[in-house]
Amino acid sequence: MPNASKHLLFILAPLVVVFALLPGVYQNHLLLFNFVIFLILAQGVNIIYGFTGYLPFGYVGFFGAGAYGFAIMVMHLQTPAPLAVLVGGVVAVALGLLLTPLLRLSGAYFAIANLAASLAVLHFVANPALEGITKGPYGVSLTGTFNPTHAYYAAVVVMALTVGAVIYLKNSPFGLALQAVREDAVSASMAGVNIIKMRVIAWLASALVAGLAGGIYAWYVSVFYPDNVFSGEFSIFAIVFALFGGVATITGPIVGVLILYGIYNLIGFTTPQYFQLIYGLLIMGLVLFLPAGLVSLATRRGWHVP
Amino acid sequence: MSPEQNSILKVSKLVKRFGGFHALDGLSFHVVPGEILGLVGPNGSGKTTAINVISGLYAPDGGEVVFDGASSGGVASHKLVHRGINRTFQVPKPFLSLTVRENIQVALAYGGATGTPPSIAELLEDFRLKEVADRPAADLNSAQQKMLDLTRALATRPRLLLLDELAAGLNPAELDWIAGRIKALAATGMAIIVVEHLMGFIEQITDRVIVLNAGKEIFEGTLATAVREPQVIEVFLGGEHAH
Ligand SMILES: Nc1ncnc2c1ncn2[C@@H]1O[C@H](COP(=O)(O)OP(=O)(O)OP(=O)(O)O)[C@@H](O)[C@H]1O
Ligand SMILES: [Mg+2]
Repeated sequence: MPNASKHLLFILAPLVVVFALLPGVYQNHLLLFNFVIFLILAQGVNIIYGFTGYLPFGYVGFFGAGAYGFAIMVMHLQTPAPLAVLVGGVVAVALGLLLTPLLRLSGAYFAIANLAASLAVLHFVANPALEGITKGPYGVSLTGTFNPTHAYYAAVVVMALTVGAVIYLKNSPFGLALQAVREDAVSASMAGVNIIKMRVIAWLASALVAGLAGGIYAWYVSVFYPDNVFSGEFSIFAIVFALFGGVATITGPIVGVLILYGIYNLIGFTTPQYFQLIYGLLIMGLVLFLPAGLVSLATRRGWHVP
Repeated sequence: MSPEQNSILKVSKLVKRFGGFHALDGLSFHVVPGEILGLVGPNGSGKTTAINVISGLYAPDGGEVVFDGASSGGVASHKLVHRGINRTFQVPKPFLSLTVRENIQVALAYGGATGTPPSIAELLEDFRLKEVADRPAADLNSAQQKMLDLTRALATRPRLLLLDELAAGLNPAELDWIAGRIKALAATGMAIIVVEHLMGFIEQITDRVIVLNAGKEIFEGTLATAVREPQVIEVFLGGEHAH
């Protein structure tokens, strides 16, 4: 069986089945929903960071743009929710296009510029002068589309598509070429790869999934403020989850979300006072001792991890 | 038809500046298909810079590069690769975390090679990379990494191949072997430019050499004549490569 089919069968299918069935047996649907959202965002970070090396510190900008794309369509055009989610994705891609000049920067400069861009978008959306369009700082309330059950399953669909995209990257010449660009852009161009085009495609793909996730998030919560959907926590969490599990793999970000977001919720519920402490120590330990993520524990032993 | 009209690459009055410094200062030469041209000169004379301009890494600041009848100066590298130019690097630049096989696969998939694509198995065999095919390129020694650079270049089916100190660091037996490989490539009609400090190696494989000094050509002809040329002797005299 080709690797791609194995990955679809043994990684994607179980993940989708589990998250499709869990709401029937587990009561905390919001928690399940958040897991799915972080699975999408961590894989979105994986696409841009794992495969091209750009660390998107302002990744939440796309998420917030998607949420507001959704809200504006619903508020002003009474668009049906699924269509509004797609528009959220398109808005995020448009923002991604606008930000393509950032791809000229490298390393920390890119990360900082991306963070600044996400803050700029937040302040643009939250500007009281735009109250007529975005409701400015006063937040939006979308009671007309409220349907957490549908929103949850939409999230599962987008998660499936996102993981499917990463499986494609892991198994295609296209994904190999992206990694080649990450490893050495000059050599990649001598392999015939159009490095600018490749970077832009990966960037827009990761913007798209975050935008769709943001649109679905708006659909699910239906009432939110700019600070909620542009919260830097989304970027930090998604990045930490992806790094913890191991980027440029299919399973790394999934494992990262399940373990770290699991721990986060356990500690957060029972002993919130220790949460920041334990989580902070965990992240430091990770960066110091496991820079290539949990999956590197296995790859170091010579096991292949998809 | 004169050899020059038959040329696959023609470089005329090429200038490349870094700040105020002229790394190439009016360089002109040509290569014909099937020819192995040596590009020699002391350290810093502009050999690598010439390769960088011809392969599209740098845009020239003056002069002209014509490849296969079309102007190619300042054209993006990947497009030149598709047109039929490729190269190796003085300091090898493989994709370190990808396996040897994957390194070659990228070039096979994106190199725009026309006709029957080269086979990975053959490339691995021909350049002694079979045993390490599934290891990350980072595990290879420097000589193997240079061979990997070369196989990546060959996977794109170049008609003009630029080799920047491919032989440096090889032992005598390996030198003989790679000389044979390069000649075999030229025999298929590939034009090859070889930058090398090892004069014995240059002597063994080239038909003609260009001697560069300070970004200018100071001699063109066979190596045997070059070493009797006073100007060439002066440039190399006392230099570390006078042998
Ligand atoms: N990117 C660059 N920026 C500034 N100066 C450069 C750059 N590349 C080359 N140079 C300068 O141009 C000159 C020619 O360099 P080049 O690398 O072409 O020499 P070379 O003939 O290949 O030498 P070597 O035999 O040592 O490899 C040198 O003085 C070098 O310092
Ligand atoms: Mg050089």
